[in-house]
Amino acid sequence: MNWNSPAEFFAMGGYALYVWGSFIVCAAIMVMEPMLAKKRQRDILRTLRRERIAEELDRQ
Amino acid sequence: MNNRFINWFRFASPQSFYPLAGKMIPWFWGLTAIFGVVGLWISFFVAPTDAVQGEGYRIIFIHVPASWMSMFIYLVMAAWAGLGLALNTRLSGMMAQALAPTGALMAFISLWTGAFWGKPMWGTWWVWDARLTSELILFFLYIGFIALQAAIDDARRADKAGAILALVGVVNVPIIYFSVKWWNTLHQGASVSVMKSPSMAQTMLWGMLIMALCFWMYSIAVALMRVRAIILERETHTEWVKELPEVKQ
Repeated sequence: MNWNSPAEFFAMGGYALYVWGSFIVCAAIMVMEPMLAKKRQRDILRTLRRERIAEELDRQ
Repeated sequence: MNNRFINWFRFASPQSFYPLAGKMIPWFWGLTAIFGVVGLWISFFVAPTDAVQGEGYRIIFIHVPASWMSMFIYLVMAAWAGLGLALNTRLSGMMAQALAPTGALMAFISLWTGAFWGKPMWGTWWVWDARLTSELILFFLYIGFIALQAAIDDARRADKAGAILALVGVVNVPIIYFSVKWWNTLHQGASVSVMKSPSMAQTMLWGMLIMALCFWMYSIAVALMRVRAIILERETHTEWVKELPEVKQ
């Protein structure tokens, strides 16, 4: 084990800014990107459903 | 023509790939989570403190996998684009389009974490060094590919123009990879090489490889999610899309 206390872990031997600055930005990107992909899927599905309803109304 | 040959090409149509991708996505997310937890555990709790760089070296556990993925995704993207150009298959262009944003983000993570490593270790966020500059060009190539495709309304023409850009840009990938050998650069040499045994502790190496697997699975999962949306966007007026249960509901 490298760390004796949580404080020591977060301090990263004085490199806290650099280590957490890297990991947090990386994690943020990897959370944001799938959310955007999911939103894109939701948006196109909503458009498709609307078009289907419009077509059905046209037919009636 | 044997059966296997036909089956393989069956999945090359958007209509059959769409549900297949949907089934694969949860599996790749599961693998991402498993490799991520194990990889991060090794990165922070198992791998020892570096003798020279202290705890600051732990950035490499995301820097190296992101850099590998940024180059590898480019090669895969260019291969799909080239395939689309040669065989005129519909799915190829969609695959290339789905991979580009993920590749761009990987290149960005590589540059960002590199800067955060460079500041404490070299004393500067950025230098115009061969490795860093060629990686920056890779990032711009991704952005150029995305912008070019977005600028052309006709999807087929966008695919063709993008494919040419992607294929010309492939020349940059070996330049990035070998830049540390060809030029005198500040950047250290390859961390892992097939030719010689790696120059780092076993646990550090394992942490890096497992994190690389995590990034690999993540890239596949997110690219599959995006390709599904792109398939629907491009095939909007086809019968099979209108018949999908998620559209009919």
